[in-house]
Amino acid sequence: MSVADVAFYCFAVPAVFAALMVVTQRNMVHAVLWLILVFLSSAGMFVLLGAEFVAMLLVIVYVGAVAVLFLFVVMMLDVDFEALKSEMVRYVPVAALIGIVILLQLSMGIGAWVTAEGAPAMRQAVTPDPSQIENSRALGLLIYDKYLYLFQTAGLILLVAMVGAILLTLRERRDVKRQNVLAQMWRDPAKAMELKDVKPGQGL
Amino acid sequence: MGEFMNSGMGIILTIAAQGLLVIAFVMISLLFLVYGDRKIWAAVQLRRGPNVVGAFGLLQTVADAAKYVFKEVVVPAGVDRPVFFLAPLVSFVLAVLAWAVIPFSPGWVLSDINVAILFVFAASSLEVYGVIMGGWASNSKYPFLGSLRSAAQMISYEVSLGLIIIGIIISTGSMNLSHIVEAQDGAFGLFNWYWLPHLPMVALFFISALAETNRPPFDLPEAESELVAGFQVEYSSTPFLLFMAGEYIAIFLMCALMSLLFFGGWLSPIPGLPDGVFWMVAKMAFFFFLFAMVKAIVPRYRYDQLMRIGWKVFLPFSLGWVVLVAFLAKFEVFGGFWARWAMGG
Repeated sequence: MSVADVAFYCFAVPAVFAALMVVTQRNMVHAVLWLILVFLSSAGMFVLLGAEFVAMLLVIVYVGAVAVLFLFVVMMLDVDFEALKSEMVRYVPVAALIGIVILLQLSMGIGAWVTAEGAPAMRQAVTPDPSQIENSRALGLLIYDKYLYLFQTAGLILLVAMVGAILLTLRERRDVKRQNVLAQMWRDPAKAMELKDVKPGQGL
Repeated sequence: MGEFMNSGMGIILTIAAQGLLVIAFVMISLLFLVYGDRKIWAAVQLRRGPNVVGAFGLLQTVADAAKYVFKEVVVPAGVDRPVFFLAPLVSFVLAVLAWAVIPFSPGWVLSDINVAILFVFAASSLEVYGVIMGGWASNSKYPFLGSLRSAAQMISYEVSLGLIIIGIIISTGSMNLSHIVEAQDGAFGLFNWYWLPHLPMVALFFISALAETNRPPFDLPEAESELVAGFQVEYSSTPFLLFMAGEYIAIFLMCALMSLLFFGGWLSPIPGLPDGVFWMVAKMAFFFFLFAMVKAIVPRYRYDQLMRIGWKVFLPFSLGWVVLVAFLAKFEVFGGFWARWAMGG
């Protein structure tokens, strides 16, 4: 076994084990922490494949931001597992049916998969030679030069989704007191308070 | 000997030795950083600061570290034990991890990878886990509130840190830290460094770095007036020491990033003087001095103010700056003042 093989198993075995732990853990916070280990191990495998840019993005975006928000939500939930279990028994038949249908569809789809003639060559034609160019540069050339419009369209779709999500949760409340930050910042101490010279024994 | 050093085992040993060297540098500077922090803080408040252990109190940190290590580890009832002990380890290990790609001088870098700046950014964005895990596993109100605050705060400021770094990457055309420093080399010494073309971003980066490392005035996760000590409440002895060390190493890392990204790393400020590791260490020490002064001078922010400047001031400003720099670099305004591709990448 070469060093690369050893390194592969060092990442692959924890990834599979941690993925199993994600679905078997009772404690949801522990499950999310195992999920983070899955992400980190897969990032390691990307590095082994020579895709260090994708590996770093995986760590920054998924581990550094998405999983933190997961953890943020999961930590604040107080889950009653007994109630959850009784609910689950009711939905198991439907869930199993959906799962079987999707599995059948997927197996039929993949079983009937035929690669179009010349498709690998077409893919190869636009891919920069990885030995000539570092992969962050190659990725930049592909998505910002060659496929710029597709990339921007994908970005716009995400923007629309984001606006929609914000709109759904946005509600304007008029019954709460809001602070006007600019007014607070421009406040003048001379106008906000008044100094009085109090004579002893007299009061104001 | 030469043959052995080129074999697989020899390379592994060399890397291990270099790694130990970097860790030794970080740990020894950590001793004096904590001491310097307390001395500067004391001087601002007209106190003496640590002055008993060793000459001028220089060994105070050693004594403190020994004290932490020999104290009893108190584990409160009801904590989640594995996560409780994992949290300080995560916070310490990740803080040290990022030093693997920090260059101190040409070639003086443990791992000269192409995505070095992303690696540092990834490691520092993972540091939030130490705080979140510590706060949750403590199973107590104050630590939990502290960790929630920290999660929101660190994610918010990471966004603007990332955008500022993107501006630097656009100027250099490379994500390698050594290339970023080389791109700042030139005939005019310190006027060639990135602080001049990216002037507003220097201030933004400094403030975001304060928030990202939970340093005063943004130390709301551990604000003692409302949260006792935030996520650290239930920690004692060595686990607490690890949290503390991790925090200081992260701060020192931000000092190193400041000097690499904006202030020319190991380059000498005056043309003619030799470049070298001396400049790098001097710059890091200077920025740490600034961090310590901010801690001494600036009062703590309110939490809503902190989130407001993060999302409503820093984010739009740094995003606009990225767009502006992209245009300035593309059209090579001022003879490529913002575009140093030929020198760096």
